[in-house]
Amino acid sequence: MGFTKTMSGAAALALCAGAALAEPGLIIDLGGKFDKSFNESAYNGAMRWSEETGESYMETELQSEAQREQTMRRMAERGANPIVVLGFANASTLEKVAPDYPDTDFAIVDMVVEQPNVQSIVFSEHEGSYLVGMMAAMASETGTVSFVGGMDVPLIRKFACGYAQGAKAVNPDITVIENMTGTTPAAWNDPVKGGELVRAQIGQGSDVVFAAAGGTGVGVLQTAADEGIEAIGVDSNQNYLHPGTMLTSMVKRVDNAVYDAFNAAEAGTFETGIQVKDLEDDGVGVALDEYNEELVTDDMRSAVEEAKQQIISGEIEVHDYTSDDSCPV
Amino acid sequence: MDFLTIVQILDSSIRLATPLLLACLAGLFSERAGVFDIGLEGKMLVAAFFSAAIAATTGSVWLGLLAGVAASLVFAAIHGLASITFRGDQLISGVALNFLAAGTTVLIAQDWFAQGARTPALTGAARFAPIDLPFADALSGIPLLGPLYAQALSGHTILVYVGLLAVPATWYVLFRTRFGLRLRAVGENPGAVDTAGVSVIRLRYAAVLICGLLCGLAGAYLATGLAAGFTQDMTAGRGFIALAALIFAKWRPWYALWACLLFGFLQAVSNRYSTIDLWIVEIPNAFVIALPYILTVVILAGFVGRATPPRAGGVPYVKER
Repeated sequence: MGFTKTMSGAAALALCAGAALAEPGLIIDLGGKFDKSFNESAYNGAMRWSEETGESYMETELQSEAQREQTMRRMAERGANPIVVLGFANASTLEKVAPDYPDTDFAIVDMVVEQPNVQSIVFSEHEGSYLVGMMAAMASETGTVSFVGGMDVPLIRKFACGYAQGAKAVNPDITVIENMTGTTPAAWNDPVKGGELVRAQIGQGSDVVFAAAGGTGVGVLQTAADEGIEAIGVDSNQNYLHPGTMLTSMVKRVDNAVYDAFNAAEAGTFETGIQVKDLEDDGVGVALDEYNEELVTDDMRSAVEEAKQQIISGEIEVHDYTSDDSCPV
Repeated sequence: MDFLTIVQILDSSIRLATPLLLACLAGLFSERAGVFDIGLEGKMLVAAFFSAAIAATTGSVWLGLLAGVAASLVFAAIHGLASITFRGDQLISGVALNFLAAGTTVLIAQDWFAQGARTPALTGAARFAPIDLPFADALSGIPLLGPLYAQALSGHTILVYVGLLAVPATWYVLFRTRFGLRLRAVGENPGAVDTAGVSVIRLRYAAVLICGLLCGLAGAYLATGLAAGFTQDMTAGRGFIALAALIFAKWRPWYALWACLLFGFLQAVSNRYSTIDLWIVEIPNAFVIALPYILTVVILAGFVGRATPPRAGGVPYVKER
């Protein structure tokens, strides 16, 4: 009896010690840490936190789809808290894993998981896309702009819909051509098809293209540079890829999301539930830097800044495709 | 649909058909010699990676092409070793090579370049530049045929023309040379070829290596002609579409050309239109993308003509003692 008591006492002590020393954890998704986009952004956020606080964090990189559950569980068992996972593909796994570790906090980027210990971080991609849509319409001389999406999923439709709304706001008569690369995950990695889609769009008169297509986007931006039309990147700032033809990038600050989650956990202010990162807290935005300053006119700058303030104040309401699975324009 | 649109779609069709055509002819050589090869996809993928990687590091697309073809030949040799020398199951060897290609390319790419399983973007001499066919400018004024020649046929990279010329070359080699006769015989009745004193093993290896060479060209075209660099799984199932085209073409070189152009044309059309209005009915995009597979199944089921594969295909040759 006394022995059991001692053991449980020791266990409780160990648990307390674990909670005090808990390191945050980050699971890098498929695509890899240095993908120049989504995952790299998350990694940068974690590194920034680590450098500023001098603390360390745990990190693993998924190598295959089958490892999701195993990796999440192992990290929870090693005592990481909170654990940040990246991308909508993790939702169903997290739904299953989170209830088994009620004392561990989780955060998921790009998807909503309704569990008491999960923070769901979603971005207002439609608002950022609206702004780049405005810039596209202002830069276009032909009156036709276009969009290349990766896999045909609601998240990508959300980008497309915001983009079209922004373009139409500047020029109601503008034609917006929309193409999705495919309906399977292979659509994220087909730069050849991405390039062909842009060529077809150029054939129909497009002179600005917005790519929200992962690895396929590499082919889209490349072909745009080859054919001499302007292009808009996504997620990370991709302006540097083709200076001279990159109009801008619709950045999604995944790094800030990870940084904030880590910071909040350290300060003890980590909140579960849905967190929306929008224009107001610079969760999404338009990338302006030395690579695209020649293409961005003062008119564009002021129009985008004005629209941004109007969206924040609620004067302009950008329709979110995922709210009702339809697009008004 | 105006004439300019048609020219643009044909232009796109030729670009999209070329990797299919090269891979299809590759499969044609291998299968005509009795070695089934579902590893076309994997061979294209390694070729795409090594051509882009070497082109990126050396700055020369030709060295890249050599490296791509060499990598594809190595894979072809492995397939030959497994299925000819060790008489293993040809389908399993092909599947294994596909997995091996998908894994090794990503692993090596990450190790060499650390850019998320990509090669750096290729520029300048590290890519194939489009070449204009002779008299393209002068002839472009001729109605109808002029723009077709100047815009749809001219202005592609050299590998497109290599692919198109490979069709008559394949036809000539297979149907007008002694080597071709023996190669076809080895796929129909290897015992007879052996009786005549010709090495079945050597012929099959030759066929498998030619297959490797052509797959190498197809992969290099994807990474250095169409795209500007390698990305993970960039072949995106083209090796399997090429196999479908091979069945559709009934294992014949000229039919292979038409089959691949048709498949390329369907892809180009689906890229261009989200739905196609045919006056009364509206055809959704997904149907056009699926059409190559549907056509192949129809052909296989024997509704339109008959597709007879080489009789000794898939069977390892065992010499009688």
